[in-house]
Amino acid sequence: MSEPGPVAQAITRKLAEALNPAALEVINESHMHSVAPGSETHFKVVIASEAFAGKSPVARHRQVHALLKDELAGPVHALSIVAWTPDIWRQRRGAFPPSPKCLGGSKAG
Amino acid sequence: MAADDTQKFIAQLIRDNRVMLFMKGNRLFPQCGFSSVVVDILKSHKIPFGTFNVLQDMAVREGIKQYSEWPTIPQLYVDGEFIGGCDIVREMEQTGELAEKLAPVRPSS
Repeated sequence: MSEPGPVAQAITRKLAEALNPAALEVINESHMHSVAPGSETHFKVVIASEAFAGKSPVARHRQVHALLKDELAGPVHALSIVAWTPDIWRQRRGAFPPSPKCLGGSKAG
Repeated sequence: MAADDTQKFIAQLIRDNRVMLFMKGNRLFPQCGFSSVVVDILKSHKIPFGTFNVLQDMAVREGIKQYSEWPTIPQLYVDGEFIGGCDIVREMEQTGELAEKLAPVRPSS
């Protein structure tokens, strides 16, 4: 695994600062898509945080979208989010669903 | 199409289709793994649903992101309500919440 790029580092920093996560994983999945090697376009973030308690899935995702507004308006064009409370995280033992295979859509723009 | 017209067009699609999916590709040939996952889940519920391929219309591709202030595609709507993208639909499928949401749409016979 190569070192995280600048976009991955920014995502990690912003989420860590704002959400005080019990668990945080930022995965660059760009290599699974038809983009240049070393790209930082497709990400998955897995976060366990008390900040999500009592919030609907849509509200949790919106919270993450807002924190990563600059990245989403810029280089990042796919963002998969797993946003759980630490309780759910422990119940599921940190096992999160894999991302689906790319079917070529990013080639089309 | 002007931005206002695009928003009206999107609203019309969501009114006309009780279950409406904005996606990359179409239900036969999804062009994105995330869209494909949602199509497969909807098909498994054996309900009618509309799709719109955002890859063939840049105005809608950008307009749908403003419509629900949601930065990514796919986007699923049921009876006018924004449900979420792939991650949320997949989670709701596992918890049974999606079946509940779709119950009013299911053909009665």
